[in-house]
Amino acid sequence: MTEAMAATGRDRAVAAATPKIRVRGLHKAFGPKQVLDGVDLEVLQGHSLVILGGSGSGKSVTIKCILGLIQPDAGVIEIDGQDVLKMKRREREAVADRIGMLFQNGALFDSLPVWENVCFKLLAQKRLTRAAARDKAAEVLEQVGLAASVGELWPAELSGGMQKRVALARAIAAQPDIIFFDEPTTGLDPIMGAVIDGLIVDCVKRLGATAISITHDMASARRIGDSAAMIHKGRIVWTGEARSLGHTGNAMVDQFANGEREGPIQMELRR
Amino acid sequence: MVALLLDPLAAIGRATLGACRVAGDAALFALEGLSHVLRPPFHFRLFWRAFLEIAWFSLPVVALTAVFTGMVLALQSFTGFARFNAQSAIASVVVISLTRELGPVLAALMVAGRIGASFAAEIGTMRVTDQIDALTTLSTNPMKYLVAPRLLAAIIALPLLVLVADILGVMGGWLIGTFKLGFVSAAYLKSTFDYLQTQDVVSGLVKAAVFGFIIALMGTWCGYRSKGGAQGVGGATTSAVVAASILILALDYILTEIFFAQ
Ligand SMILES: Nc1ncnc2c1ncn2[C@@H]1O[C@H](COP(=O)(O)OP(=O)(O)O)[C@@H](O)[C@H]1O
Ligand SMILES: [Mg+2]
Repeated sequence: MTEAMAATGRDRAVAAATPKIRVRGLHKAFGPKQVLDGVDLEVLQGHSLVILGGSGSGKSVTIKCILGLIQPDAGVIEIDGQDVLKMKRREREAVADRIGMLFQNGALFDSLPVWENVCFKLLAQKRLTRAAARDKAAEVLEQVGLAASVGELWPAELSGGMQKRVALARAIAAQPDIIFFDEPTTGLDPIMGAVIDGLIVDCVKRLGATAISITHDMASARRIGDSAAMIHKGRIVWTGEARSLGHTGNAMVDQFANGEREGPIQMELRR
Repeated sequence: MVALLLDPLAAIGRATLGACRVAGDAALFALEGLSHVLRPPFHFRLFWRAFLEIAWFSLPVVALTAVFTGMVLALQSFTGFARFNAQSAIASVVVISLTRELGPVLAALMVAGRIGASFAAEIGTMRVTDQIDALTTLSTNPMKYLVAPRLLAAIIALPLLVLVADILGVMGGWLIGTFKLGFVSAAYLKSTFDYLQTQDVVSGLVKAAVFGFIIALMGTWCGYRSKGGAQGVGGATTSAVVAASILILALDYILTEIFFAQ
């Protein structure tokens, strides 16, 4: 009996040590263009990682690979220690059901009212009736600081900040245990950006979820992230604590964080 | 010298391979879309929306086209047939050309312009704004959600539209026949139905169903595969209408061969 207990204890210890998400040697090329050239990432359960990098450096592609929207050319993606690329379609869908995603431009369905957008996943999984979905939508909208009446509006009637909030509500409504945020504050004014960051931190904490966020706003990165990783030319060139951004001692990261023109990163305007 | 000779050949080869790849992609897309028509879960709400869009809101355009076509047919065959004293045949000519040919083809071309374009624009916009990817992350198969309901709606709606077009076209012919050309109303109607066979109408409705499928397929496929922002969506819309129109005319010939060439 003690042996069995010791075994479960060991399993638990192993489970705790297994990263929630683990990416190894991810490669992806579009035609001749090598976008990902061996990306390695690790996020522990309940942690929040921010990915930094210039635009076009492959941040969104990395996340889309983990989501299963893009098939990588090579590499391993493990979620809870399971290689998702080797899974059968149904297993893969079951994993995807537990992941929430906030797209770069919101990607709200403009043919549906806000409440249906918010509860889309719950309706699709038949966890709610349509009548119950309206109430649930009101509840989730309140969590992101929107009035219940917003649920009756159409996405096109909302301001940029409200659209981001609705997109955030849609990402968290089904209570995922992994959430991705693709540039959640890009295009917002600094105050609204800080508000959205606050909401993201709250929501992730409340769900106890594991999060990966993409941003190139340093203030945002320090607010959202526990740890940070910098991607450059299709590889992760630095990982460390999000708090240390700006004075990491890594020339590349510091150049990026402080927005300096001179440094190891040369902007390639032509490719 | 040899290179000069071979270059055009290579170009033709490349073009042929490209065309095969495109056709194969469309065929696989069609098969996947149809397989979702048959497998639950079904999205009735979306089916109904697409059906209304195709059947109800295309009705005015199709009706006008049909009435004027019937009127022109009556007028043309009257002046043409007067040369060999065969004016009495015009009622049959009108009804047979409408049900077999012009009803399905003209209705389909009108719907291709309206619906093919709107499907391609809507789905194309969803593609370039990541909404299709968003569907996948929200536990919804985009082929099932976006493509299958539209395919089914078009396959059902087009024959209904064509039935209406047939009736209104005959009515247009009858209007000209009785009020302008001096036919007795009852006699005109009698000769309309005397020579009409079930096969004429049925073959037209089968054509309509096939054309409906082609319109929805080209609209959804061009939209689904579009990329590159607003310009890409515009291109997808144009391709959807052009491809559907050409395929409609080509398939019309093939189906006519199958039905009537013995
Ligand atoms: N579906 C695609 N087809 C072709 N190229 C793509 C595709 N998705 C992304 N890319 C290219 O990959 C590169 C990285 O894109 P992305 O990950 O979106 O950049 P970012 O780091 O700004 O999010 C870009 O140069 C983009 O053009
Ligand atoms: Mg991006």
